[in-house]
Amino acid sequence: MRYVIIGNSAAAVHAIEEIRRMDDSGEIVVFSREPYLAYSRPLITEYLFDGVPERKMAYRDAGFYRKHAVDLRLAVEVVKIDRTRKEIVDSKGGVTGYDKLLLTAGGVPFIPPLKGGDRENIFTMMTWDSAKKVKEKLKDIRRAVVLGGGLIGMKTAEGIHEAGVKTTVIELAPQILSRILDSAGARLFEDYLQKRGMEIILADTLEEVLGDGCVSGVRLRSGREVECDMLILAIGVVPNVSIAKEAGLDTNRGVLVNERMQTSDPDVFAAGDIAESYDLVVDEARVNAIWPLASLQGRVAGANMGGRDESFQGGFPKNSLSLLGLHTISMGHVDPPDDTYEVISRIEREKHHYRKFILKDGYICGGIFVGDIEKAGIITGLIKNRILLEGDVSWLLTGTPQLIWLDKTYRDEKLTKPVYS
Amino acid sequence: MQVSDMKRVYPKEEYCMGCALCLVACVVEHSESKDILLAYKKESPRPGERNVVEEGFEGDCFSLQCRHCERPDCVDACINGALYMDNGVIKVNKDHCVACWMCIMACPYGCIYKEKNKEGGWNSNKCDLCPDREIPACVEVCPNRALVYEER
Repeated sequence: MRYVIIGNSAAAVHAIEEIRRMDDSGEIVVFSREPYLAYSRPLITEYLFDGVPERKMAYRDAGFYRKHAVDLRLAVEVVKIDRTRKEIVDSKGGVTGYDKLLLTAGGVPFIPPLKGGDRENIFTMMTWDSAKKVKEKLKDIRRAVVLGGGLIGMKTAEGIHEAGVKTTVIELAPQILSRILDSAGARLFEDYLQKRGMEIILADTLEEVLGDGCVSGVRLRSGREVECDMLILAIGVVPNVSIAKEAGLDTNRGVLVNERMQTSDPDVFAAGDIAESYDLVVDEARVNAIWPLASLQGRVAGANMGGRDESFQGGFPKNSLSLLGLHTISMGHVDPPDDTYEVISRIEREKHHYRKFILKDGYICGGIFVGDIEKAGIITGLIKNRILLEGDVSWLLTGTPQLIWLDKTYRDEKLTKPVYS
Repeated sequence: MQVSDMKRVYPKEEYCMGCALCLVACVVEHSESKDILLAYKKESPRPGERNVVEEGFEGDCFSLQCRHCERPDCVDACINGALYMDNGVIKVNKDHCVACWMCIMACPYGCIYKEKNKEGGWNSNKCDLCPDREIPACVEVCPNRALVYEER
């Protein structure tokens, strides 16, 4: 039995661990475009200003691949999947056969056509290598513009700001972080960050990159010009589906998978940021490109590849983010999809504290915590386990969440016997 | 979805008096001196909390610590592998933790805590089932046997 895995991040690592729980003799071959052992991709923005020591970026210890008998092929890209012959072709011309194939190739930054986009000092932030290029340049520049105020854009802006370079974020929407915060929550962050010297321009976008040779500034749609000698493009990430599509696998935005993480070919699995899978909050398939789901899906894929039936029960967005010391955790919907939802919230602007919950027929389907985030996972659990909240729910806004305020049946289920998760 | 056999800590709501001795015993057990006075008066920073006594609106209460899930959401969520499983026990490598609080976002039981470390930074903290003891300190200290350590 030969398992081939394309990609080498969270989903791949968990799949390897799971396969080896059941099969200690099968061959595992892992291909990665990148030249590194599995590392913590979310930490590449910390790397910009040495926010964490480099050793903490390692996702597993160096002995991981040997211990799990993995044939690791680094800095090699898989360029083709031949499903009839059950083999893959790599960028070095190598051909590798597979019995089970797992796609965990993640996403790639979306780069829009830009007037002046061929100037030097324009970067994306998706890999450790891209962060290395940015870090190298940070020493020589004075001002940076980050196009896109999403999660990657804001974390990159934080990293550049912390490295001592004046940073401007330009976001098309009227708020930053629109996928993980509502406008009130985002406003707290905007105020907080601007008070600390970060510039944030909302409801505007880049029209043209200025400068000859190197970037010297950007002109915005509003006509405003911002001087800069570095431009980071962080407007979005798209699932890396090209070879899956060419191989004729069913794709939409991502590669479509069932609850076993199988694609339209039962011997080909997909997990992580590349996969489009069931989201239990919106009740349809979505690409939820978050680390915890990549780990979980990798594990489910690995189990099924190794021969043990396991199902993915569905995911939903959940994020934990801090910017210059202000923290937020959010999960599920951040705004009610329509007026059949109930919304409760409480804000303390001066303390940068905010809570908001979205409920439908007594079930929580979204929550935001800013500032005080203790035990926020209890709410994540309520969404995941679809727990009905009865009676007064005002405790959600005031105290630290507690299980004792929840239905006793749920509590007994979780506290009086061993739990799966 | 099978769960492996091992001893875990289970609270008994009807016996808990809310005395919080379980919290004190936990701090002492995880202190450098393992002495109650030194742990509370001399050690700085004092070991952080790893468990809680939850109190309801009507005097109801129970002591709660990590469930040591078979397939823990906190371990899935941890972005750099600082949280890991060691023979069924979920542990945190504090030296590796980057305090991103993905684990706090993920744990459905609220059993992961922030802890201030000696370097002035933060790391996750949680129940480790007292590796140096046969019976976890919280269970042993409980005067009304409102915590039990057993296989279920």
